[in-house]
Amino acid sequence: MRHIISILLENEAGALSRVAGLFSARGYNIESLSVAPTEDETLSRLTLVTRGSDEIVEQITKQLNKLVDVVRLQELTEGPHIEREMMLIKIKASGKDREESKRIVDIFRGHIIDVTETTYTIELTGNCNKLNAFLQALGSVDIIEVVRSGVSGIARGDKGLRV
Amino acid sequence: MVLTGAEIFTKSLKDEGVEFIFGYPGGAVLHIYDALFKQEKVKHILVRHEQGATHAADGYARATGKTGVVLVTSGPGATNAVTGIATAYMDSIPMVVFTGQVASELIGDDAFQEVDAVGITRPCVKHNFLVKDVRDLATTIKKAFYIASTGRPGPVVIDIPKDITAERCEYSYPKAITMRSYAPTVKGHPGQIKRAVDLLLNARRPMIYTGGGVIAANGNKELTRLVQMLGYPCTNTLMGLGAYPATDPLFVGMLGMHGTYEANMAMHECDVLLTVGARFDDRVTGDLNKFCPQARIIHIDIDPASISKNVPVEIPIVGSVETVLTEMLKMLEASKKKPDADALKNWWHRIDDWRAMECLNYEQNDVLIKPQYVVETLYKITDGDAIVTSDVGQHQMWAAQFYKFNKPRRWISSGGLGTMGFGMPAAMGAQLAYPDSLVACITGEASIQMCIQELSTCKQYGLPIKVLVLNNRYMGMVRQWQEFFYDRRYSHSYMDALPDFVKLAESYGHIGMLIEKPGDVEGAIKEALKQKDRMVFMDFITDQKENVFPMIEGGKGHHEMRLGPCSAVVPTDRELA
Ligand SMILES: Cc1ncc(C[n+]2csc(CCOP(=O)(O)OP(=O)(O)O)c2C)c(N)n1
Repeated sequence: MRHIISILLENEAGALSRVAGLFSARGYNIESLSVAPTEDETLSRLTLVTRGSDEIVEQITKQLNKLVDVVRLQELTEGPHIEREMMLIKIKASGKDREESKRIVDIFRGHIIDVTETTYTIELTGNCNKLNAFLQALGSVDIIEVVRSGVSGIARGDKGLRV
Repeated sequence: MVLTGAEIFTKSLKDEGVEFIFGYPGGAVLHIYDALFKQEKVKHILVRHEQGATHAADGYARATGKTGVVLVTSGPGATNAVTGIATAYMDSIPMVVFTGQVASELIGDDAFQEVDAVGITRPCVKHNFLVKDVRDLATTIKKAFYIASTGRPGPVVIDIPKDITAERCEYSYPKAITMRSYAPTVKGHPGQIKRAVDLLLNARRPMIYTGGGVIAANGNKELTRLVQMLGYPCTNTLMGLGAYPATDPLFVGMLGMHGTYEANMAMHECDVLLTVGARFDDRVTGDLNKFCPQARIIHIDIDPASISKNVPVEIPIVGSVETVLTEMLKMLEASKKKPDADALKNWWHRIDDWRAMECLNYEQNDVLIKPQYVVETLYKITDGDAIVTSDVGQHQMWAAQFYKFNKPRRWISSGGLGTMGFGMPAAMGAQLAYPDSLVACITGEASIQMCIQELSTCKQYGLPIKVLVLNNRYMGMVRQWQEFFYDRRYSHSYMDALPDFVKLAESYGHIGMLIEKPGDVEGAIKEALKQKDRMVFMDFITDQKENVFPMIEGGKGHHEMRLGPCSAVVPTDRELA
């Protein structure tokens, strides 16, 4: 099962390595990890995607909670939530591919944010499935590079993860 | 008052009430050593190796319940301390370790004696800090002591760059501290406690299994009352010995790999298991697939992550052992329902049958000293009143099996990490804390050599520790496994070229004794104990072939113990009620 865990972390040197170290030391996997400061400069917000049985994810959240730098934690996948990921993708766009790929970008509501004679750079935001579907839809188009931000997520409704 | 970082260090320790600091100097901590020189409150104990400093602080902490304190220099000072930090971490021992660091501006330059101490220790500390501003120093020290000693205790490392110890700022030591990201749960959930009490009272074959958490929380009195009020059997883990009086009839001995037959069988057949401050370690549970197949499990622990980690439990209670047990006792006292006396009587019959197997039996002849006999004799002569430390191996198991601890904090042993070299330095910490108590270190000829240089520290501080080496000329525990599981191929487990321990002890200024005959054991120990002010190093030449029994081998369950050659065989035909 795929789980998304949201963490408020003390914005201290070494805090991120404690989180990453916990995963490697205990043999848990991290599918994606995104982290950035919040409006409160003493806190970072971290979104972590992992896979495992419910028991393993329960252990992961307990172990994370034990880290002194972890201030609050929430498993987003336990309730209704929204997840988004941004992808930047550079493709070969010449000949008939140029028209075709533009059409696919429009269908997926992406933006072409940089253009050269032979390439497009595209920005696309959505959940994981949408980004994967887009990559598939590109089919035989030659992909030069793909950059994904990792998932960010937030719970639906009026509750929030804060101190 | 404006002070230098080094003065803030010593002042903070004094304000924290620190008695002893175990350390070893070096370039990065010279300002601190200078400040230590100029004060008298905090006594510095100079060890001979940083590993010794950490084990000594650890032994002090285990014997007293207070936080052990260590000071080492950067680079090799810090790396030498890592084994002791990991040892304390695995056994949840409160400890604060200060490591010197190169000056802030040199960090990251591969400067002389630079290591990333925070990075190296991160996986084996409860928390660690790098101090970046002298104005944070006092608060960081306060936080470290708070974190180390509360919740599930553990070691905390503070890495201090040299320049910080020279800089100045206004000093004030915080009286108390709160941290938004750290607030351990102390009180257990009343609803859960109620459910636990109901389940306990409905048990027909109950079992109480307790660990080091009871000792850490000073919950032994509450545990003892609970067990005696219910009349249920109680077993302790290696880490938990002394939490329940070992000579009490309700105590069925230690459980686990080298636990007693009766404790392990009772685990296997119990229908309700109350686990207190223990963590279902693999050396305790045997094969998890065969673990307590009939039991409904209650687990009290301060660390939520210990609950349902290895074994799923039905009633988890997060909280301090002492607080939760107090609540339980209140409910039990108020309860009209009492334990089922008939069921309990049948259960005890069954346990007594297992007891009659006499699984720890051994036979002392008049030629070779049996290691068990040495421990048993020490136990009898000291009336069970010594503080006993151990190293790791067969001798550790015999110490745990044959020295009966009636009080907590008398048994000091590296359970989780299993660190050879722990015993003697740990004994130093205990002896410093209790100068008038008898402190004995039961060890093997291999283990003792891992921190042998601390004999010099013992001389310097006049520590009258009694060292008992059970000298089998083998890494006995390794040899035992090779005998059982590797067709007697004794690969590199023979201790060749051993020193003459008597001369070695004498060269450090201690008394050395060589004991080779069973008939001399008792006299020798009595003689050694008369030496109240001197360290005595006793080299017992023991039977090389002796093995630790009973034993749960790999992949086996509690009910599949291998018994030793001397246990009585008693048929158990009584059926379960
Ligand atoms: C630092 C360290 N290295 C290796 C081991 C593995 N080990 C466990 S017991 C043992 C043998 C101990 O021999 P000794 O101290 O003579 O005790 P005995 O088993 O003979 O009583 C060894 C090597 C360990 N526990 N610790």
